[in-house]
Amino acid sequence: MNMLFFLARRLVQGGLIVLVILCLNFGLVQLAPGDAADVLAGEAGAATPQYMAQLREKFGLDQPRYVQLGNYLRRAATLDLGYSFRYGQPVSELIFSRLLPTLLLMGTVLLASVGFGILLGASAARHLNRWQDNLVSSLVVLAYATPVFWAGLMLIVVFSIKLGWFPTSGMEQVGAFYTGMRRALDIAHHLVLPAVTLTMFYLALYARLMRASVLEQASMDYVTTARAKGLTERQIARRHVLRNAVQPVVTMAGLQVGALLGGSVVVETVFGWPGLGLLAYESLFARDLNLLLGIFFVSACLVVVINMLVDIAYALIDPRVKLS
Amino acid sequence: MKDFAVRFMRNRPAVVGLALLLGVVGVALLAPVVYPGSPFEMVGAPFQPPLGDYLFGTDMLGRNLTAAVAYGARVSLLIGLVATAIATLLGVAIGGLAGYFGGWVDTLLMRVTEIFQTIPFFLFAILLVAVLTPSLHSVVFAISVVSWPPMARLVRGEFIRVRSREFIEACVSMGMSHRRIIFLHILPNTLSAIIVTGSLMVATAILIEAGLSFLGLSDANIMSWGYIIGAGRSALRTAWWVCAIPGMAILVTVMAINLVGEGLNDALNPRLKRL
Repeated sequence: MNMLFFLARRLVQGGLIVLVILCLNFGLVQLAPGDAADVLAGEAGAATPQYMAQLREKFGLDQPRYVQLGNYLRRAATLDLGYSFRYGQPVSELIFSRLLPTLLLMGTVLLASVGFGILLGASAARHLNRWQDNLVSSLVVLAYATPVFWAGLMLIVVFSIKLGWFPTSGMEQVGAFYTGMRRALDIAHHLVLPAVTLTMFYLALYARLMRASVLEQASMDYVTTARAKGLTERQIARRHVLRNAVQPVVTMAGLQVGALLGGSVVVETVFGWPGLGLLAYESLFARDLNLLLGIFFVSACLVVVINMLVDIAYALIDPRVKLS
Repeated sequence: MKDFAVRFMRNRPAVVGLALLLGVVGVALLAPVVYPGSPFEMVGAPFQPPLGDYLFGTDMLGRNLTAAVAYGARVSLLIGLVATAIATLLGVAIGGLAGYFGGWVDTLLMRVTEIFQTIPFFLFAILLVAVLTPSLHSVVFAISVVSWPPMARLVRGEFIRVRSREFIEACVSMGMSHRRIIFLHILPNTLSAIIVTGSLMVATAILIEAGLSFLGLSDANIMSWGYIIGAGRSALRTAWWVCAIPGMAILVTVMAINLVGEGLNDALNPRLKRL
């Protein structure tokens, strides 16, 4: 019963956020120079006066703003995000066809950065103020200051152009038509550089957090108790400290999903990875504002859903977290 | 104040950061003196490698990359500072109101802050600049709009901490106005935290600006680091330095600001045990 109530509450909260984002989107269209018909059609190219008039009527631009907002919300609720003239496809279809590559990239980055971040952070905390610690701290300072897109370009220069180890762009070798295992390996080969680029930044973030978290846990009373009952340092670290120290890192990883999606725009652009981020870049080039609005909306929904899943998983993992 | 300077100067990374930052500021200030012409001007053959006629070589249109990077420093620092100033004002106002008044004001403002923290902020910045058409103003506006939430949360926490102290109770019992309590008694006590977070925000703002102009979302008449990298990308195979050098400039600047910010943090909060 408790669980159901919790789920319902989270759903309502998530729904509210999505609603606010839709209103934001609507407001942005109002902000743009010209009216919505100019934005939706004029920017897309061929717009005869007849077509404009038809559009204005279709979108009810002669009606008051609140009626327009209502119509807009109703269309969004049925996932009707409009039509992309540049691509000749409905926006929602276009977006969903690009969702999978982005999810693959994000999932890989999330797993790699959390995993290695925990390892590095724990190692830094165990060797406090020795070279391991200093190395991790220096890497963190560097990673915080490196523009992600530049790191990607430099990796391309070194590993693709000079060494020729990895492909420069794309998700699959064009015209190879691999199937099955061979195809998976090919995609993995293309995935390495973009994933490494994004992972470097988040790895630093989680390593720093893990280090602080381990140090905090190590000063707790339960560690003294464990030591008093004769456990070895290794046992204390593995069984007691690490398990508790991981929690803030997982929380942070959940909160960072939105930032990760934003970061994937530049990385996908650099590596030509055919996901949502590259689509956003292409829509900028094509001046297809409606498509960009749709991408923003879907990404925001994605973040809300992922945050919700993380919250639920968290409550299931740690029984002390109250489902309220 | 003297104590603060001594503590800051004892922190080696912070001093290195300060020196680097002063160097970048110096380059930014001197750019129009050393390179009086426009950085968009053609000076020689394209694709000249670095350390030839020009320190950093030339790009694909034969423009002097050294001049471009020097002018880029002006843009990055300017946008970073102005955007941070606006975001700080916004964040302090929202966080301060929420923390001071509590109750439904707090609930409402924090819900808004949460929403702004949930949405993918870089995509939102892209959208804002694209809708408002790329210009110096729209870029600064977009960066400010996406960067205030952390400041608001921090200021709210600080306000709640200070508000519960006895001397504020004394102020209230003396019948002081809210405005006087906030501006004369609470705000000065939260200033050091605001300065530290603000200095780190400048670094983030510079990174966001670089990302936006890399994607082509910048004023077309202004030479910025991200723009040079974005334009040089197509010639990565023949002229890697066109991308590499402005990127190094971003890295050095952002790192310097981060180091100074950390140093300020340690010097302003000496009692805070650093983990």
